[in-house]
Amino acid sequence: MRAVVWISEDTWEACVDEARALLPETAEVTLLHVAPSDVEDIASRPGARLLGRHPPPPPGPPLREIAEEEAQALLAEALARLARPARTVARRGKIEREVLEASAGADLLILARDGEARLGPKSIGPRTRFALDHAPCQVLLVWPEQPPGIESVPLPPHLR
Amino acid sequence: MSEVVSLVVLAACLAAAVARPSWAPDWAVAAGGAAVLVAVGILSFAGARAALRELGPTVGFLAALLVLADGCRRAGLFDALGAWMALGSRGRPSRLLAMVFLAAAGTTAVLSLDATVVLLTPIVFATAARLRTNARPHVYACSHLANSASLLLPVSNLTNLLAFRASGLSFARFGGLMALPWLVALAIEWVVLRRSFAGDLQRSAPRSTRTVERPELPTFALAVVGLTLAGFVLSSLIGIAPVWVAAAGALVMVARERPAPKELVLAAEPTFLVFVLGLGVVVRAAGDHGLSTAVDALLPHGTALPALLLVAVVSAAVANLLNNLPATLIILPVVAVSGPAAVLAMLVGVNVGPNLTYVGSLATLLWRRIVHAHDEETDMGEFTRLGLLTVPAALVACTAALWLALQVL
Repeated sequence: MRAVVWISEDTWEACVDEARALLPETAEVTLLHVAPSDVEDIASRPGARLLGRHPPPPPGPPLREIAEEEAQALLAEALARLARPARTVARRGKIEREVLEASAGADLLILARDGEARLGPKSIGPRTRFALDHAPCQVLLVWPEQPPGIESVPLPPHLR
Repeated sequence: MSEVVSLVVLAACLAAAVARPSWAPDWAVAAGGAAVLVAVGILSFAGARAALRELGPTVGFLAALLVLADGCRRAGLFDALGAWMALGSRGRPSRLLAMVFLAAAGTTAVLSLDATVVLLTPIVFATAARLRTNARPHVYACSHLANSASLLLPVSNLTNLLAFRASGLSFARFGGLMALPWLVALAIEWVVLRRSFAGDLQRSAPRSTRTVERPELPTFALAVVGLTLAGFVLSSLIGIAPVWVAAAGALVMVARERPAPKELVLAAEPTFLVFVLGLGVVVRAAGDHGLSTAVDALLPHGTALPALLLVAVVSAAVANLLNNLPATLIILPVVAVSGPAAVLAMLVGVNVGPNLTYVGSLATLLWRRIVHAHDEETDMGEFTRLGLLTVPAALVACTAALWLALQVL
């Protein structure tokens, strides 16, 4: 069995914990992190929006380097928490597409809800929603915190 | 014929600035275009000289501000802001967003939109990355506030600098009238960003193992900036042009930071200054040959609220088509006739409007789409959706706030 665990900044611990608890010893685990290229693009190419300005790049490490360094550090932390051998993959690009590509050929994709902390469609952000809807394999959807109770779903008026 | 030629030259300047071909740098096209228009007699020598004399102090002002902002960077102001934001966030993304708002609104208002885009946004990205939290809400906030928080002071945006001279307002009165629109713009951005990223912002602590050290604030640089601001306010009282105050501030900053001469020249971005001067002359020629008449027909006169709203909306539309610098140069002479209220309404349009696209104008966006047709980096649907949520609301609300301020002050 091949499982891909999507490691995302704010929700990764829950995914790793579920992988650790549920995956059989024999499973080949891949820890996947994707850095969004569009956000970095806005931050690192200011000249694109200031007509006629060609500012010199600021000193210090380029933003891509910082992003890559933090991605590696995050994957290392996730690997330590998983406490078993696994492959780590750091990708960069449009997040949801990269997740799909990385989970091609896998049997299971583990990802977390990244929206609001109540039951319902808003508990899943747009990128996770895309990956969930298009995943080419089985999916395990994890709550990053204790799942909210059923009372967080508002009853329709006629049932109140 | 002169109409067509001057418009073609203007289009060439804008095309060069958007496409940035290496064989035809935008500043050379603008300067060359201006020279051609004078050489063939479409713009008289005296006309060109008058345009340059009008723009000269503004461009000098701009150069001084660029040097001042660069001095702040050298003094470590933006690194300190990064550490201050990280500390103040206490590991919570929603608090980090609030810190980013404060930093971006302050930087934009005092050191200009350019400082926020060029110097602060990379720091915000790095800060969020180091805190191991999703950088998207924070970078988007920075990017939005660079435009919408640039309403406050004449020094907050090059468009304001250009309009400041034409408006005839004092520095303090400009800021006083724009304070309410500025706060309204900030409030709209806060509500929209907070709601749009509710999911990303509500997670508890991003668990970074890195400790952030308490930043050492560059007090000297902050004092220079503060005194320069006070000087701007005083300058109109004692009758000195504010460009001299800016020059004095830049000079003190340079004396303290002592950048290498080459770096100092680069910090003032001479090619950008030439571009602004050249574009100003070219727009003057196009204005004299029919463009101003055409724009005049589009814009209402008077300072009633509906007229101001229409000025803001038309200005935002032109800014979105072309980018806000040429939009300001084109519209300003027409609205200046109607007085300072119309000039400030135009600024609401050209400053808030460009948030519809992340590159400042549809022209730039289209060009990037053509060049990077298969490049996923240009997929910016989410940014555009945020723009649609904030820009129309801010245009209406900020113009209404401006109208209110004009009644009261």
